[in-house]
Amino acid sequence: MVGNSDSSSALEQFQQRIKIALWIVICCLLILFCRFFWLQVVQHKKYSTASESNRIAIITTPAPRGIITDRNGIVIAKNFPSFSLEVTQTGIVMPIPDLIQELDQVVKIPARDRQQFLRAIQNSKKTESIPIRNFLNDEEVARFLARRYAFPGVEIQVRYFREYPYQELGSHLLGYTGKVSVKDREKLAAEIEENPDEIQGDELRNMRVKGIQQVGKIGIEQSYEKQLRGTVGFSEVEITAGGRVVRNLSYTPSAPGSNLTLAVDIKAQFLIEQLYEKRRGAAVVIEVATGDIIAFVSLPTFNPNAFVDGIDADLWKKLNESLEKPLFNRPLKGTYPPGSTYKPFMALAALEGKYRTPSQAINDPGFFKYGGNIFRDDAKNGHGLVNMYTSIAASCDTYYYILARDMGVDAIHDFMKPFGFGQITGIDMQGEVKGILPSKEWKKNYFKDPKKGKWIEGETISIGIGQGYNSFSILQLAQATAILANRGVIMRPHLVKLIEDPLTHEKILTVPSESGVINLKKEHIDTVTEGMIGVNKIGTGSVPFAGVSYPVAGKTGTAQVYSLAGKTYNAAAISEFKRDHALYIGFVPADKPKYAMAIVVENAGFGATAAAPIVRQTFDYLILGKWPRGVPAWKTVP
Amino acid sequence: MENRPLIKRLGFLWAGLDPSLSIILVGLVLVGNIIFLSASSGTVVTWVEQARNLLMALVIMWVTSRIPVKWLEKIAVWVYTIGIILLIAVALFGLIKKGARRWLNIGVVIQPSEIMKIAMPLMLAWYFQKREETMRFFDFIVAFIFLLLPTILIARQPDLGTAILVFAAGFYVILLAGFPIKFVLPIFIIGIIGIVLMIIFEDQICARNVSWPILKSYQQHRVCTLLDPFSDPLGKGFHTIQSMIAIGSGGFFGKGWKNGTQTHLDFIPEKHTDFIFAVYSEEFGLIGNTLLLILFLLLIQRGLQISAGAPNLFTRLLGGSITLIFFTYAFVNMAMVSGLLPVVGVPLPFISYGGTALTTLGLGVGLLMSIHRHRRLVQT
Repeated sequence: MVGNSDSSSALEQFQQRIKIALWIVICCLLILFCRFFWLQVVQHKKYSTASESNRIAIITTPAPRGIITDRNGIVIAKNFPSFSLEVTQTGIVMPIPDLIQELDQVVKIPARDRQQFLRAIQNSKKTESIPIRNFLNDEEVARFLARRYAFPGVEIQVRYFREYPYQELGSHLLGYTGKVSVKDREKLAAEIEENPDEIQGDELRNMRVKGIQQVGKIGIEQSYEKQLRGTVGFSEVEITAGGRVVRNLSYTPSAPGSNLTLAVDIKAQFLIEQLYEKRRGAAVVIEVATGDIIAFVSLPTFNPNAFVDGIDADLWKKLNESLEKPLFNRPLKGTYPPGSTYKPFMALAALEGKYRTPSQAINDPGFFKYGGNIFRDDAKNGHGLVNMYTSIAASCDTYYYILARDMGVDAIHDFMKPFGFGQITGIDMQGEVKGILPSKEWKKNYFKDPKKGKWIEGETISIGIGQGYNSFSILQLAQATAILANRGVIMRPHLVKLIEDPLTHEKILTVPSESGVINLKKEHIDTVTEGMIGVNKIGTGSVPFAGVSYPVAGKTGTAQVYSLAGKTYNAAAISEFKRDHALYIGFVPADKPKYAMAIVVENAGFGATAAAPIVRQTFDYLILGKWPRGVPAWKTVP
Repeated sequence: MENRPLIKRLGFLWAGLDPSLSIILVGLVLVGNIIFLSASSGTVVTWVEQARNLLMALVIMWVTSRIPVKWLEKIAVWVYTIGIILLIAVALFGLIKKGARRWLNIGVVIQPSEIMKIAMPLMLAWYFQKREETMRFFDFIVAFIFLLLPTILIARQPDLGTAILVFAAGFYVILLAGFPIKFVLPIFIIGIIGIVLMIIFEDQICARNVSWPILKSYQQHRVCTLLDPFSDPLGKGFHTIQSMIAIGSGGFFGKGWKNGTQTHLDFIPEKHTDFIFAVYSEEFGLIGNTLLLILFLLLIQRGLQISAGAPNLFTRLLGGSITLIFFTYAFVNMAMVSGLLPVVGVPLPFISYGGTALTTLGLGVGLLMSIHRHRRLVQT
């Protein structure tokens, strides 16, 4: 302890440095204190919220989607439980690519599922359970369970999927459900935003949307999405970082979606689809008194089950690119010139507008000359003297060429409009098209160029026989026929008859009353009906309706697809897709109408030979319960 | 003699243990145990193990406190040399765990870099003591070589955290030995400017395809997530974010003992070891944190006081360096847990679970007490 002057100055220096060090230490500890003050006092709220949202997880319980049955209680859309392999990110112990590799050794995970999974985890919380493979069979479930210890964070879950037991049958009317897309999610979120009801907080509202596992994409599944969906239930649970549930905090059960009873008779639907024998077309059967759509046929169809878990790309491409357009909803979106099926409505217009009397006859030489053009009749040498009855029964074109000229396009337009031609029918399905009911006004708006938009009187002539600009959907044609059969009372056509609350079993009719009445004279309707009965007795429909035991009113039609420009029509000579469409409208029984029907068989030629037989057999089934020979028997799927 | 109370008869046991240092330590150990009981729930470690570690540290401390400082001067070179040999052995035949070669199997598995935390200041303090009378600037260069040799060996394992601590331990000795401040100050200023620049240009330097020289990619990630932990909340930033949430949600008074949800629902990683401070903060709030800061301040103040009163240069440098290392541990740990520094494996002294760290700490405190026992008598 002997110090010389050197070491004592060194000691001083040391002690000075110790002092500096102590001050630096104090400063550093003060920095820490400020940091703690910042986190624990200033930002406390933010971190407190973060800690709560860490701690509390919301587990959604999917709501069972409403069951869809046909008018006789046959189940045509239901839910089936299926095992899914699901991954919770917080629980897994290896990187996701490795996990997928390892899992693939146990349960095959196709590339499509991998992509979907990887996309799903991008948009999800770490604590959410995300499916990586759906529809595991029993063997796969067993294989996974045996190796479960190797896969913490991966679990087997039961999920509900939509199933359409009759496969392709009625696919356009039912539609299908599919996975919730980003766009769907936004729409759902906006919808839930509109009805805040009892849901508190963004988080829960968010989860309500997230808990929706499937959404109706087209058809009834789409248009009744809100009713079918139900309400997602949820429980708030306290979880560990690993996703293990510690305890339940609250529980709100899910509410099942409403069940739908269709107006459709699925057996009749099946029959009509069979009767088409692989041809393309559309058919709509309406119960006239109610507006119930008994059948809503669009052919070809597709299998909606393929869409439920996301359709695979190849099949999608095949469906989308097929020339037959199986995904096209023909009765709703396909428009066709009505051809001669327009004539009964023209006749009624003539009577109501006092342009003709029933007995008033015109002479048909087989053609009508107007403005230098010759409009030909189907019968080369004409029908001779033709009154209203014959004009309908024998489908005389000349009669209607002259009538159209006498009425003018706007009078025709004004009469036809209330029948729903070229109008939205208001059917309970999205995507309905209007078609074209021509008028001078329409043409002016359609062609922007005022020169082109001027109506040429010659254009009115072919309007009379349902050609020209006329373009209607089969749904509109069926609806107009139903209004005629219902004597002017308009019932909104609908596919869904009843909505049933699954808890209270309360049933609500979708269309309880008429939406309008067209004032028509009874004797005028009778005259037109007589003509339409004549079609099937002595006229163009007499062959297919030979020996019919009930009074039936109808009208054949043939719609040109391809302008022949003066040449004679020869079906064999032109390609299939350019052949004429065969049409038919009718209602039955003619004296006390119950059902109205409109049908098109695409590129099938004459209405009488291609379309009328289908209607005959459909009416035989609807009125007599007669199942045609050669059509496979109906089998209800249990 | 028979009537002497037991407490006095056993007096030899704590004779020489510095009372104020002891009281501070008791306080820290008490806090540590209380929070350990909460933090260890759901882990495999038990309080018995922690008590065993503490007892061991206590024994080491007691034994060390009895060692005359003269001895330490004698063994300093040997400890350092053995440490270097072991580090080289690690580099050649070390065990690899989690991608790092840090351990050596010599019957029991040891981590030689731990030894360096004490050996480093011992060695440098010895060297400066030796050269006390004839100090030249050249001596500092030699000291730096002594310092950098083990630092580089440890950094290459790789174990940047320990390397920094070992470097710091030696560097404190060099600073306290009188290394001119004018050489340090510019580096210090450049460092601060560098950090500020990093914060400003975070987006550019942390872009995906940028790789930094010298540092390993995981070290780069740590720095980048520190600059913005929310850039990768589920990956690299997860630990930092979760511990910040724990601290912040603790608020002023804390959530109460054993009531920390972040802790008990496993959101805090390494909750009984390196991140135990997050548990403490969540459950005891700003009040608890302030208490802990005060305890550490008292500890350091006392340590520096002891060093200032140490008998010779060797003990002064050794004591000062050990004390400042305690501070460095505490500061780095709390700063890392609260998101001020990148995540490095530094325990919170006297609080974190872990036998090795406690042993080193016991040794350190023991040395301080020994120095205190041999203190320079008040100058007359």
